[in-house]
Amino acid sequence: MAELVKRNHWIVRLTHWVNVIAIVVMAGSGMRIFNAHPSFARPGEHFALNPWEGHAIPAWLTFGSWLGGARHWHFAMMWILVANGVLYIGFLWLHGEWRDIVPRRGDAHSALEMIKFYLFVRRDHPIGGKHNALQKSAYFAMPILGVIIVLSGLAIWKPVTLGFITVLFVNYKWARFAHFAAMAVLLLLALVHVFMVFAVDPYSLRSMITGWYNRARSPEARNARPFYHLLAPGVESADAEAPRP
Amino acid sequence: MSLDRRKFITVSAASLSGALLAACDANPKSAGRLLALAEARNETVERGLFRHAAVDRVPGSAKLAGKDFPKYFISDTVPTWNPAARGVWRLEVSGAVRTPLSLTLDDLIKLPRITQKVDHFCVEGWNARAVWSGVRVSDLARLAGATNDAHYVDFTSFDSDYHESWDMASAMHAQTLVAYGMDGTLLGPAHGAPARVHSPVKLGYKNTKYLTKVIFMPAKNGGYWSDLGYEWYGGT
Ligand code: HEM
Ligand code: HEM
Repeated sequence: MAELVKRNHWIVRLTHWVNVIAIVVMAGSGMRIFNAHPSFARPGEHFALNPWEGHAIPAWLTFGSWLGGARHWHFAMMWILVANGVLYIGFLWLHGEWRDIVPRRGDAHSALEMIKFYLFVRRDHPIGGKHNALQKSAYFAMPILGVIIVLSGLAIWKPVTLGFITVLFVNYKWARFAHFAAMAVLLLLALVHVFMVFAVDPYSLRSMITGWYNRARSPEARNARPFYHLLAPGVESADAEAPRP
Repeated sequence: MSLDRRKFITVSAASLSGALLAACDANPKSAGRLLALAEARNETVERGLFRHAAVDRVPGSAKLAGKDFPKYFISDTVPTWNPAARGVWRLEVSGAVRTPLSLTLDDLIKLPRITQKVDHFCVEGWNARAVWSGVRVSDLARLAGATNDAHYVDFTSFDSDYHESWDMASAMHAQTLVAYGMDGTLLGPAHGAPARVHSPVKLGYKNTKYLTKVIFMPAKNGGYWSDLGYEWYGGT
């Protein structure tokens, strides 16, 4: 027995996958740009916040093959990234689905309960909305990081022409660091996100492609922790579908 | 495994790997036309955003790069002007002008002088501060009487065949100088002596060092690094 629900609107699905491609290209080309001068210090100065000053990022992680090529990719893909991001956030806004990702009161407590559950301190999966509280905080942070990345990107693309954006980050050097740091945090969140999709709810992949989701196989229904009850063979039987307390 | 589950896993794996392969395969050459189109669109946007009122501001207390200011040239050794071989160095201002100029360093120094502490933005990502002294390119344009055909400016050097052409608006920006002084002394050979272009409104590679000619033109004529594939506009 399946309990199919339409979980993701086609705009959410489309923008999600376009975003994955755009972020991969932007981060790859950005890291290639970074490697042309892999430190944040001005010549003759020191920069204490980056413990790896002067160390380049492994070439296989980068994209665009050379500085000029990477810059062309970066400045072409940025339009797709921004248009896609505006479409996604605009849709969430107009369709009311921002409620699925904006944390509300009580979410800090729910997030703690989720952590307890993942650490085997709590036995049953907390019941939440579309996303659990940990997912929500990650999905909420992502577009915010996106806005920071775009603003700091504009600040270092046009530090004179758009100098009024650059001063939001103090100056060019700090805007460049903010751009890089925000990228690093976003990539980290995305890695954890992908790990959790495959380790906790691979069934949600379907909801990000066709839009359909089988509630009978949700992490709540499977009581799933990372790699625990990942594929519950018995979920189709009636008693497994009975709601848990 | 039910059929639909297998199907969606196959479809998702296929579409993901397809997307990644497309992204990794597409080197700048095979995607070149699309990237060139994007660069042209970006140039339009950047020219539209350009404002003469938008100037680079460096705090008076900011530290100067001084001896750590990076030194670049394309010749094998530091290019120096040898008067014995080439005669007195002169800056030629020509092209779409009513009265071409030929200025010695002394002539330049006698023209209205601007001294400014500004950023130098390198395409590699670093920026460095210095105090530059020199003549505004806009003053040279006025002196030579640049005509209505002057839509671009080429800055030519004696560092091999180095040159870069600029759009007129950026060249006429108040912070765009033909600089002969740096940090209070005459420009050193490593920084483009006797004179160079310096402006915070363009990336470093657009700022021709070892300057010999300022040529006003109706059309752009590329440049050393722009012909090698860096953005021609290179504005900040
Ligand atoms: C509108 C969007 C964006 C704009 C205008 C933009 C602009 C820029 C510019 C001008 C640079 C060159 C800085 C330098 O010369 O060092 C740069 C570098 C970089 N970008 Fe972006 N960027 C954008 C979005 C992104 C995104 C979405 C990511 C990744 C998630 C990203 C990651 C990077 C990285 C890692 C660097 C290298 C850092 C550095 O060397 O300063 N950028 N970006
Ligand atoms: C840069 C990388 C990524 C970012 C920024 C990102 C961001 C997001 C966001 C914000 C959502 C929530 C959508 C919403 O409810 O409105 C989401 C959902 C989802 N993402 Fe990603 N994602 C990324 C990469 C991936 C990848 C590589 C995969 C799979 C291989 C993936 C699979 C999914 C799935 C299956 C969902 C639905 C989860 C659910 O409905 O419970 N994501 N992602």
